[in-house]
Amino acid sequence: METAVAVRGRGITKVFDDIVALDHVDVSMSRGQIHGLVGPNGAGKTTLLGLLLGLAVADKGSLEILGTPVGRALAAPDGVSGFVDGPGLYPTLTAKQNLTALLELRPGDGHTATADEALEQVGLGHVADDKVRGFSLGMRQRLGLAAALLTRPRLLVLDEPSNGLDPAGKKLVYGVLRRLAADGVTVVLSSHRMDDLESLCSEITILASGRVMFSGPLSKLSSDDRELDYRLRTSDPIAARAVAAETPGVVVVDGPEAPVSPDGDIVVVRARVAALDTLVARVVRADIAVRELVPVVSPLEAAFLALTDTENSADSADAEDAEDTAIAANTANTEEETVR
Amino acid sequence: MTATVAEAPVARSATAAAFPAPLARILRFELIKQFSSWRVRLLILLSWIGPGLVVYAVDQQGTLPSDTLFGRQMRATGWAGPLVVLGFAGTWVLPLLTSVVAGDVFAAEDRLGTWRHLLVAVRSHQRIFTAKALASLMVILLGVAGLAVSGVLGGLAAEGNQPLIGLDGHLMTGGDAGGRVLLAWLCVVAPTLALAAIGLLGSVILGRSPMGLLLPVLAALGMQLMQMLPLPVALRLALPGYAFISWNGLFTDPEQVEPLLIGVGVSLAWALAATALARRLFLRRDFTNVNSDGAGRRVLASGVLPLAGLLAATTWLVAATATGSTGSGIDQNELQQSLATAFSQIYQYQQAQMNHPAVNVAQLKTTAQCIKSEGLGPQSGPGNDWRCTVFWAVPGDNVTAQAIYQLDVTPNGRYIADGDGPVEVNGYFLIDRSGTVTPNPLWQFDGNVDLLSGR
Repeated sequence: METAVAVRGRGITKVFDDIVALDHVDVSMSRGQIHGLVGPNGAGKTTLLGLLLGLAVADKGSLEILGTPVGRALAAPDGVSGFVDGPGLYPTLTAKQNLTALLELRPGDGHTATADEALEQVGLGHVADDKVRGFSLGMRQRLGLAAALLTRPRLLVLDEPSNGLDPAGKKLVYGVLRRLAADGVTVVLSSHRMDDLESLCSEITILASGRVMFSGPLSKLSSDDRELDYRLRTSDPIAARAVAAETPGVVVVDGPEAPVSPDGDIVVVRARVAALDTLVARVVRADIAVRELVPVVSPLEAAFLALTDTENSADSADAEDAEDTAIAANTANTEEETVR
Repeated sequence: MTATVAEAPVARSATAAAFPAPLARILRFELIKQFSSWRVRLLILLSWIGPGLVVYAVDQQGTLPSDTLFGRQMRATGWAGPLVVLGFAGTWVLPLLTSVVAGDVFAAEDRLGTWRHLLVAVRSHQRIFTAKALASLMVILLGVAGLAVSGVLGGLAAEGNQPLIGLDGHLMTGGDAGGRVLLAWLCVVAPTLALAAIGLLGSVILGRSPMGLLLPVLAALGMQLMQMLPLPVALRLALPGYAFISWNGLFTDPEQVEPLLIGVGVSLAWALAATALARRLFLRRDFTNVNSDGAGRRVLASGVLPLAGLLAATTWLVAATATGSTGSGIDQNELQQSLATAFSQIYQYQQAQMNHPAVNVAQLKTTAQCIKSEGLGPQSGPGNDWRCTVFWAVPGDNVTAQAIYQLDVTPNGRYIADGDGPVEVNGYFLIDRSGTVTPNPLWQFDGNVDLLSGR
């Protein structure tokens, strides 16, 4: 019977010499979901992705992938595909030769896609016979994805797949990933682009210094009520600024502290959601048209910054709040699994 | 809320075992990668075409490469050409070939960042190592075969299947010489494999560093440098590159088999040891650490120290089993005997070429007296200060003739005898035999002292 959890790791620890890359990591990734892995440089993202791809084994802890416990042997578990640290391609071979070579390495894997089909899927059919040497970074990323798709994976692991992609390429790749998830494939990807992760992922794991700061549904993280900066564009910015200044719980951000230089018609305010609601109501009552109200940084990015700041300022009140949030989210996530 | 997708279409059972890719397919992929590199393609092409063209072209020139072993005979026989190529290949071409092929086979994946991709596709570190080692071996052997075949074809096209004068002066028929030439090429496969294994090891332990690529060339140059130093014979024979020299022993009568076998054996031991070390280090490497390409002081030590141990062990073994291997292997008696033998054989050949009455070696009763540094200091060891007088009985005249030679003896036992009079015996003059003009064979000739024969 298929389990609902594609990846379940408990107490995973991985040490390189004297560097603890992963420190008792607990993580669960649901089947058929796009799971984002985010964290500062050196947080342990690539190490974790490497464990999923069978490139290394954990020093401690247990890891179960697609219902099968991962042993001590170094090998990619069946049904797992992807890349870490950039797609591995041979520049002296053509795009098609790269994929054909991969197909030949995996006979009897039940491939349903030919090299041509995979290339068409990622929009590279027209350069199938071109040497990869001349490809841009974005084209290489798409070719890497095509290579990963050849084996019809059930767990697709991608490290920074949107690196170098132009808007059209990104749209195409994200479309492919969404279709895969809809077909039941679990997609795990790391990225530094919070907006990308927000638009793509349903689950998020935030790592910092090898530890999990949060792991669970994105909705849980985004719904957390923390003070954020918002750009408020109105028909009368001077009046709107006055209203904001008088609204309890709202601070108008000015000067060098402002995250973006306010244009003439933009006011940057800092508030929690409840105070923001009050502000909007007051602005509207004052006959000022609200044309735009957006967070300066995405909720995910704000949560990320708050959670990862915990590492650097463990004694700050905000950090304590963030830790509480993470623990609560983890607990909720674990409970969900238990119910399943 | 996390969605549950147990009903989603799934390609295969979750419990299916993960099988590694078949070795034959990995090997094919490795060969495709090797031949997709223009450097490898160019080297192989040059290996198959270059020697033949060079041998043929040199044969057409007025001046022969007399400073190379068998170079003086290039216009006399087609079998000298492939031996000149063999000497040059052992010094430069084979180290370069092993560097480009084996020295880059692992490092290329580091440079391209393709390790993780390959490991995920193949699912077996062990098979990747085996396939890479086999692919390197096949490409290198293809190059060696090309050098040999091309050299032989070039030589035969230029001068045909003529007799070859051996390093002790004895005349080999064309067929005999051909067999020995092929055997000599076969013998240098062993030190080539040793260099290739050193290349594999360097490629594994030095990662992206260009030092990995250069290691076989540096190792070969280092060994050549050591061969030029006055080292004890045991250490000389324990170097894995000695078989690049010891094939010379195939061209004496009787053959100097012992140094040749020791050289080949040592080379194969190095090939096995370095490959095993490379495999061990490769299997231990952690590929998740993106910042590490496997290089490091500890890895370096675990790769280099065992080979240093192997060198010490083989040196001790040769010293313990081969009597007289603790010295230079070149003493006065050995040299005198070698020179007298070579002179008498070549004298016989010279007389025949000049259409003089036939003589045989027994009639000549040749002896030689050699002194080093005008008799000052120890009368042994290499140097260009050996001066020898050769005496022989002139058949029918009941007189003893003599000729002077200056000898330049290299530490590996090879020497060049340079005639110093009388001119009509060992001076420079040309012999025209059926339209083929060749220099007087007694003017300058190569010889070889068996370093282990002083027991």
